[in-house]
Order: sequence, then structure tokens, then C-alpha cells
Amino acid sequence: MSRIAARFAKLKQDGRKAFVAYVMAGDPDYDTSLEVVRGLPAAGVDVIELGLPFTDPMADGPAIQLAAGRALEAGMTLRRTLDLVRAFRQQDDSTPIVLMGYYNPIYSMGVETFLAEAKGAGIDGLIIVDLPPEEDDELCLPAARAGLNFIRLATPTTDDRRLPRVLQNSSGFVYYVSITGITGAAAANAARVGPEVARIKAATDLPVCVGFGIRSPEAAQQLAGVADGAVVGSAIVQELAAGKSPAQVLDFVRALAEGAHRG
Amino acid sequence: MSTQQLNSFRSGPDERGRFGNFGGRFVSETLMPLILDLEARYEHAKTDDSFWAEMDHLWTHYVGRPSPLYHAERLTERLGGAKIYLKRDELNHTGAHKINNVLGQILLARRMGKTRIIAETGAGQHGVATATVCAKFGLKCVVFMGATDVERQKPNVFRMKLLGAEVVPVTAGRATLKDAMNEALRDWVTNVEDTFYCIGTVAGPHPYPAMVRDFQAIIGKEVRTQMEEAEGRLPDSLVACIGGGSNAMGLFHPFLDDPSVRIIGVEAGGHGVDERMEHAASLTGGRPGVLHGNRTYLLQDDDGQILEGHSISAGLDYPGIGPEHSWLHDMGRVEYVSVTDREALDAFKLSCETEGIIPALEPSHALAHVMKLAPTLPGDHLLVMNMCGRGDKDIFTVAEALGVEM
Repeated sequence: MSRIAARFAKLKQDGRKAFVAYVMAGDPDYDTSLEVVRGLPAAGVDVIELGLPFTDPMADGPAIQLAAGRALEAGMTLRRTLDLVRAFRQQDDSTPIVLMGYYNPIYSMGVETFLAEAKGAGIDGLIIVDLPPEEDDELCLPAARAGLNFIRLATPTTDDRRLPRVLQNSSGFVYYVSITGITGAAAANAARVGPEVARIKAATDLPVCVGFGIRSPEAAQQLAGVADGAVVGSAIVQELAAGKSPAQVLDFVRALAEGAHRG
Repeated sequence: MSTQQLNSFRSGPDERGRFGNFGGRFVSETLMPLILDLEARYEHAKTDDSFWAEMDHLWTHYVGRPSPLYHAERLTERLGGAKIYLKRDELNHTGAHKINNVLGQILLARRMGKTRIIAETGAGQHGVATATVCAKFGLKCVVFMGATDVERQKPNVFRMKLLGAEVVPVTAGRATLKDAMNEALRDWVTNVEDTFYCIGTVAGPHPYPAMVRDFQAIIGKEVRTQMEEAEGRLPDSLVACIGGGSNAMGLFHPFLDDPSVRIIGVEAGGHGVDERMEHAASLTGGRPGVLHGNRTYLLQDDDGQILEGHSISAGLDYPGIGPEHSWLHDMGRVEYVSVTDREALDAFKLSCETEGIIPALEPSHALAHVMKLAPTLPGDHLLVMNMCGRGDKDIFTVAEALGVEM
């Protein structure tokens, strides 16, 4: 069983919702970033989404854009991101890590090389924002063959006609994007998201986590309450941007995790 | 793929929006339903006579098409070789070829019931064309423009505002065309219901590269007819500048299956195409990658991070190129070369002095290559260069480059 499947099975057994935390690899620098990532499991994070820095994050808002800029400025690359995962895995062999980013750095490295390195480093899944189902043969299918989950975004524009296409070849979990828009933008609305999650769950056995627009423990609780888990990214990244120490950032993460776990 | 398609350079893209391995639909899920809908609506409009009748009417009465194919006698004489014709798309309403495409997309947006138009712009020509057509049809228009470009293209910024558009300066990255396109995509993903994204070049996800090409192909179609009238035969060579590559594709596409026609695209070489990467020549100085919805040649570093590029021309200052150009490059059907900022400035002056035409800095790049090529060719060689924009917008940049106080 993959780490992701094992983690969601355990959560289900415990009757708990998942808390998924996003941080940008290498933000603001490699060492600080590694310290934060290493602290996430103890802060209550069930699944780590690790951002892969890219110069042109077209689906992300200012918080993630700036985080990517800081990481790149400090010399972060895809290879260093894999190093960071290897370092994390020396201490933690059970918390799933999902790499989230854009296709070009992976394409530039070469898909087969990347998949072998990623698997070896201890990455469990991929969320590649600019690879819709129409481009599955690029990375999704090779990733599945390499034993990595390919986690797909479903969005408010994914109608019933399209949903089967999105779910086909998806694995790990489904990431429901709560709003039409970029990361860190409008606030998610649990009353509106609930029926959407139910629609997706009717079509798949995979867990469904909700992200985009969740900024507080209360929101994490509400959104996790109508799904299998909640994802928070921009709000955490902004704590780092504000110059908070890793310990302070992890306190903020802990509060969010407790919120999600109450959901 | 049928045998007939294999023998043609004009049959792309395939049903996945690919030209060979280039192109495609590399966008987030939120946008996928929108571009599939756009593709379906465009496929329908493309075969609808009433759509093209409306286009033709506006091209004739609003844009001023056909633009002349003009024999540049003094330029021909000065360069002493090929007989040079200029396709005068700088005489279009709004002063560039951009409006050819904008009209098509706005008519399509109207058919789709969209009420808000967004666009990215570099030099501002596409932004001005979009603002113009939106004003004509009473549509809300928002133009994203890199803050650097807002500064160096002030006249066009003011034009857009006069035309009622909102101009949003983008400060991310180096604040040029690439960043403006990112921001337009972010807006589109947020405002999916009422908004139509009017892309200005033959890039972006499928169907944009094919759709923009089809609207710009009026340039090459007219050249075929006009050259037949003027000389009774096809031209021998075609030269056009390339940023994203829409004016070039518009000129080239109708001639791709005429093997006697030599076709040359001219990229912006900036300070020179070398390891410093201070240029915008994606084909001569880049490698394949994925950006803005398609796979194409890109300026990028070893890690696949996109580089900003440089050109004196804000309209060529883009790290990518339309995917069909990448394919034509790999197939060897079109030759791609680059010229430097300095060479483009010399060409700018030559056009002013010999023909009384102040060219935009973009076609000045094409002319700079013509200056090298024409003298090597015989007098009966018919060369067509696309004069795709006029230079009023660039006089401040040129003055600064020449060290002139205005």
C-alpha cells in the first residue's frame, strides 16, 4: 500500500479528517525550509504538499508566486527539492509527500529520470497543475507505472460530463478546488462546497480533500467537515513571508491542523 | 494521419492541438472546459459563411483591408539585389496587423455571449487593437501589461485608456509580456463565466495558435493575389519578424506548400545570441519546454526555469514562440535567423530615409535581415517583407537608443 493510501486508511479508521499542508520547497532558503518540513508531522500534518518552485506559476496567487521567487533566488532547483525530500525521509518514513508544481522543470529534467529520482527520494504523489487529463501520456501514465500517485484537481468548472475524465487515471486522493480562481484568493464557502464534494464522492472511492481559499482553523474545520480533508497553502506561506520563525510557523500550522481534525 | 496530410505543411494541428510534438493543451483543470468550449465554438464559426462575411465586411470597412503590397523602389535600389515588396499591414486601423486577429476573436466572443474581454500586451499594439474593437462593440476591456512595458510604451497606454480600457500594470517577474500573460491567465481562471481571453499571438493552449493563425492568414492570402496581379507569379522569398510569431504565421501559412517559396522568420537577437541570454530568440537560442499552455521552444535555464529574454522591441520580448513555428523549424520548412538591437535600429533608419515609412521596431528586425539578404539575390528575385506595424509608438525608445534628447 502506498504511503498516501495507508495514511487515508488510518485516518478513516480513526474517524478523522486529513490536514494537508503546503509549503514551498526552499522558501526562504533550503535549511529553513527543511526545518519547517521536518516539523510538519508533529504539528499534526497528515499529508505534506511540497511546492516545486517555478518562475511562472500561472494558477497561483501572489503569496505562492513570491514564495517561488524567494526559493529560486536562494538557489532552489528540482534537484535540490529532491535532496530536501531525501533529508526529510531520513527521519520520517510514513508521512506522505506530494510534489506540487508545474510541468516544465520536470520535462526539462526528463520524465523517466525525474520519476526514478522522485520515487527514490521518497515522493509519493504528484500534483502538476498544467497537466490536464488531455495530456495524461506526458507524465500521469508514466508516473503510475513508476508507482507514484497522480493527484488531480477537480474544480467548479468540472461538470458531470467531464468528471469521469478527470477521475480516470487519478490516484491517491482528489483535490477539489473550492473556487474558480488562483491560490490564496477568495474565501471558500463550505455550504457551496459540500454538495460539490458529494458529487465527486458519488463518482469515486478516492478521498476528496478541499483546498484554495482556506485561511483559518475555523475555515479548515468547516471545509474538512464536508470532505475527507482540508488543504492550506498560501496562509502558511505568508507566515514565512512575514519573517516568522519555523517554530512560529509550526504553531500556526498546529492550530490549522487541530481545526481540520475537528471537522 | 492520411497520406495527403503527410504531404502538407498546412494540415496541423491534430485533434490534440499538436503540430508534431509541439502545441497541446497544458492548462489547469479550471480552464480546460473553457478552452474545449472555445474550440467547439470556433470549429463551428470557421465553417459558417455568415461569420466570415461579417469578418470581411469589417476588414474592408473598419480595418482598411486589403493592405497594399508595395514595391519599395528606393529600398530595392539602395540594397542592390532582390526586388523588394513591403506588405503594408502598418496601414491597418490601429497601426499593426494585430487587429486582423482581434476582430475574429471578438466576433467569436460575441457569439459566445461573453461580455468582458481580457488581453495581454507587450508593445501595446494588441492591447490597443483589443481596446479598439471592444469600444466599437461596447464590451468591457481589461488589458494586462508588464509595468516595464507600461513605462516604455506610454503612448499606447494612453490610447488604450482613451478607448475605455482598463490597463492593469503587472509587476511580477521582470514585468514584461510573459508576466502579463500569466496575469491574464490568472484573471481568466477567476472570471470563467463572463470573460473571453483574447490572445494576441499564435501561442497559448489549443485552439489559440490555430485560431489566431487562421485570422492572420488574410495577410498571406492577399499577398498571393496581389503578387499574381503585380508580377504574374508567386514571390520567391518571404521575410517576417517573430516574437510570438503571429504576423509571420499570417504571411507564411498560405505559402507553406509552395516549395519554390523560401520562408524566413527573424527573431530578436537583442545584444547577441550567446550564453549571456540577453536576447529573445527562442528558436536560435532556446530549447523545447512547456509554458502558457503549449510545448514550444523556450528561453530557459538548466532547471527548466523560464528566462526573461531581452529585446529593444517590447513586442518581440517574449521567451517563447508559437508552437507551429517550432514545428516548422524542426521540419526545416522555415528558416529562422536573428538580428541584434543595433541592426534593427539601422534598419529603422533606412526605412525612414529611403521609403518615408517609420516602421515599428518589430518589422525593423525583418528589414535588418532583408538588408543582409537582398544584396545577395538577383534583380528578378521577388522578396516580400511584412511591414507589420508602424513606428509612432517607438520614437521615444529609438530616440533614447540614438542618444537624442526629445
